[in-house]
Amino acid sequence: MRIAVIGAGPGGLAAAATAAENGADVLLVDENPRAGGQIWRHGPMAPPPKLAMEWIRRIQAQRIETHFGVTVLGRDSNGLVAYSEQEGHVCLQCDKIILATGARELFLPFPGWTLPNVFGAGGAQALLKAGMPVEGKRIVVAGSGPLLLAVAATFAKKGAHVVGILEQAGIHSLLQFAPELIRHPAKLIQGVGFGTRLFPTRPRFGTWVCRAMGNDIVREVIATDGKREWPLPCDILACGFGLVPNVELAQALGCDVEKGKVSVDEHQATSQSGVYCVGESTGIGGEDVALLEGEIAALAALDIPNVTSKIHERWRWESFVSNLGRAFALRKEVLQLAEDTTTVCRCEDVSFGVLKNQPDQRSAKLYTRCGMGPCQGRVCGPACHELFGWELNKPRWPLSPVTLDALLDSQ
Amino acid sequence: MASYDCDVLIIGAGIVGAACARALHQAGLRVIVLDAAQPGTGTTAACMGHIVTMDDSKSQMQLTAYSRAAWERLAAELSPDCEDLAAGTLWVAEDDEEMDAVEKKFRYYSEWNVPCEILDGEGLRRFEPNLRAGLRGALRVPGDRVVYATNCTRWMLQGIDVRPVTPVAALDEHGARDISGNVYRAKSVVLACGSDSAKLIPELPIEPRKGHLCITDRYPGFCHHQIVELGYLKSAHQFTSESVAFNIQPRPNGQLLLGSSREFTGWDAGINNDLLQKMIARAHMYMPALANLLLLRVWTGFRPATRDKLPLIGAWPGRQGLYIAAGHEGLGITTSLGTADLLAAEILGTTPPFSPTPFRASRILDPDYGHHE
Ligand SMILES: Cc1cc2nc3c(=O)[nH]c(=O)nc-3n(C[C@H](O)[C@H](O)[C@H](O)COP(=O)(O)OP(=O)(O)OC[C@H]3O[C@@H](n4cnc5c(N)ncnc54)[C@H](O)[C@@H]3O)c2cc1C
Ligand SMILES: Cc1cc2nc3c(=O)[nH]c(=O)nc-3n(C[C@H](O)[C@H](O)[C@H](O)COP(=O)(O)OP(=O)(O)OC[C@H]3O[C@@H](n4cnc5c(N)ncnc54)[C@H](O)[C@@H]3O)c2cc1C
Repeated sequence: MRIAVIGAGPGGLAAAATAAENGADVLLVDENPRAGGQIWRHGPMAPPPKLAMEWIRRIQAQRIETHFGVTVLGRDSNGLVAYSEQEGHVCLQCDKIILATGARELFLPFPGWTLPNVFGAGGAQALLKAGMPVEGKRIVVAGSGPLLLAVAATFAKKGAHVVGILEQAGIHSLLQFAPELIRHPAKLIQGVGFGTRLFPTRPRFGTWVCRAMGNDIVREVIATDGKREWPLPCDILACGFGLVPNVELAQALGCDVEKGKVSVDEHQATSQSGVYCVGESTGIGGEDVALLEGEIAALAALDIPNVTSKIHERWRWESFVSNLGRAFALRKEVLQLAEDTTTVCRCEDVSFGVLKNQPDQRSAKLYTRCGMGPCQGRVCGPACHELFGWELNKPRWPLSPVTLDALLDSQ
Repeated sequence: MASYDCDVLIIGAGIVGAACARALHQAGLRVIVLDAAQPGTGTTAACMGHIVTMDDSKSQMQLTAYSRAAWERLAAELSPDCEDLAAGTLWVAEDDEEMDAVEKKFRYYSEWNVPCEILDGEGLRRFEPNLRAGLRGALRVPGDRVVYATNCTRWMLQGIDVRPVTPVAALDEHGARDISGNVYRAKSVVLACGSDSAKLIPELPIEPRKGHLCITDRYPGFCHHQIVELGYLKSAHQFTSESVAFNIQPRPNGQLLLGSSREFTGWDAGINNDLLQKMIARAHMYMPALANLLLLRVWTGFRPATRDKLPLIGAWPGRQGLYIAAGHEGLGITTSLGTADLLAAEILGTTPPFSPTPFRASRILDPDYGHHE
């Protein structure tokens, strides 16, 4: 049995290791140059955390065919169609597929969000791990979700001065749905590799950034709790409003997607036979859930009976996962920050004022070019979904830009 | 359920319905336009928007030359988001045989007073350095243009009563009924549903003819004209088989649109990888530098094809007051304006700008329809 695992974050690594340890012939593909995905992103400046090392060793102990720097674009009669800058067009043959394509950040537009030195929270995390120098810089971390604390902690560790952590979710919402997160914030910064004592500053709940200011780069943000506003001078704003599952490849393979998540059964099987999906693409649940789901999919794909115990273990996480979503639900105020001149689609430079009266996503795209750029609406699509209730844009083939000669090679 | 009255009911807000609506509205008639979705989001949104003079037949030349001149007059009025660009067309000849065809084309276009010039291989490269060396020459038609058809459609519909998301369920003797049961009564009803037209009048011989298009990232100055291989006409002229032809268009923002393919596969909008690769390979043969450009997206669209390659324009014999404006295949953006003027003349009882006879919708009932030379 030849199994292709797409994505080498926690979900994909667990799937690949488990499948190989149980006798499958495994193919592991990731568009990043290294294994680890988002949470275990590492590089010359940032060694992988202990748990990540465990899984990477398990992978290395098996004979697994790895393709890093390779993006999977879809499938045709010959197998999975992939592309890399080095190898050009690659065709990957397999009997079953496990998708572990993770998630990306949700950006919501507010005045100033496109200024230089305004990053996504996860994006800032990735830059830090890649060695961005921040010593002595003043940082505001804002938006929503457990990731904010992890990012703030990383900034602090790198010698930056975190002047504010602004979480839009209110303390009541968090206490009601995720009291364990308040009591054990360490849970939130798993993967960063150190404890709570390094927390740079107390997070403020029920607060958000309503504007970023500066002529050339961000110099100051205006924070608010809905009643009053106050300025926070800073050099960097890291702001993300949670995560959006990456469902595009699953869609391209014909898998059903509901409410922005790939639909799966308890075996992580999608609506397409022989295609499984694990980790954040099936809903935002964090590293532990992604690992478990990866193991389940591998065992299920190989018809191994002891998958049942793993399924039970996964169920125990269910309330944590759904409470996570409720605890960090977006308040309506953060959906009302954009002004008419605020850019929503960065690729095509389309502003909120042009979009607010469009009837639907497709018309907005065709009439204003919103989402027509190289990212095909991966950034502005989820924002428009939140702001206007539009359907998510379904990207067209080849999902990500490729050079034309890559398509010629395959002939 | 409501009932609405108007002089003319137009079903379909693609570019053809929109152009007809505009002509009739300007003549002072009360027009209502219904569309199943949003204006300009059908085939009109999937096309290249090349405003081109074509000489597959005398009738086609008549309709395209007239229409192109109409686009030229409109150019100054169009809103900026219509992206009008007077790019001109280059019909590229690979060898001597095609060069003979260029000369023939030159004489024919000149007879029709369509300005054009013959370029030799060197002259061609001077205009378009990214074409491969060794091509024999080209016919340059400087008056052809490029537009963004979806926004042209919306521009044409300004000030007109357009009802989006209103699919018509059936035609009846007074007008039409939408799927919610609302009734529209009109003296004249124009069916302009493009490839979907046969869904309302099954006798209409209009079939979806699928085409692929690719769009690249922005490369300003990569090419300046819409460049088409002479073999394009052959590809468009065949009716049954799959075919590809090299066709590239510069967008005003520097993006390049790459075509074209033709096939009959019913309503399957999926990408045909083999055909797509042939299409890209064909383009690459003419423009090797394309190899390094980034491709952003590929999509398909359905041309509303008729057997004799001409649109159906005018009264439908089955029912008093019913008119057809559909079946424009791969030229509907160009020919929408000529179509509108012919149709408006027929509805208003004025003199048509040129003979409507070759385009009559009722010709499909002739025993020899579709058996052309
Ligand atoms: C920018 C960002 C930073 C984050 N940082 C942290 C953090 O520091 N701490 C934390 O607790 N959580 C973080 N998270 C949350 C993180 O998503 C989860 O904790 C966890 O990594 C999810 O694991 P996963 O296996 O589902 O997906 P991921 O870890 O996201 O892995 C998915 C992998 O799939 C690959 N991929 C996707 N599509 C394709 C394709 N078509 N072809 C080939 N490869 C593909 C990606 O390159 C990626 O490596 C971050 C999320 C994001 C978006
Ligand atoms: C790949 C490709 C490239 C092309 N390139 C060019 C080019 O360069 N130059 C050129 O001139 N032409 C080109 N064309 C052709 C051109 O796009 C078409 O001829 C033209 O768009 C047809 O317009 P239309 O208004 O008839 O149809 P459409 O644009 O399809 O409009 C029909 C409308 O009717 C509506 N409708 C359908 N059923 C109902 C119903 N029951 N009730 C209400 N409304 C309904 C639909 O929603 C739709 O909006 C190209 C076509 C393709 C596919």
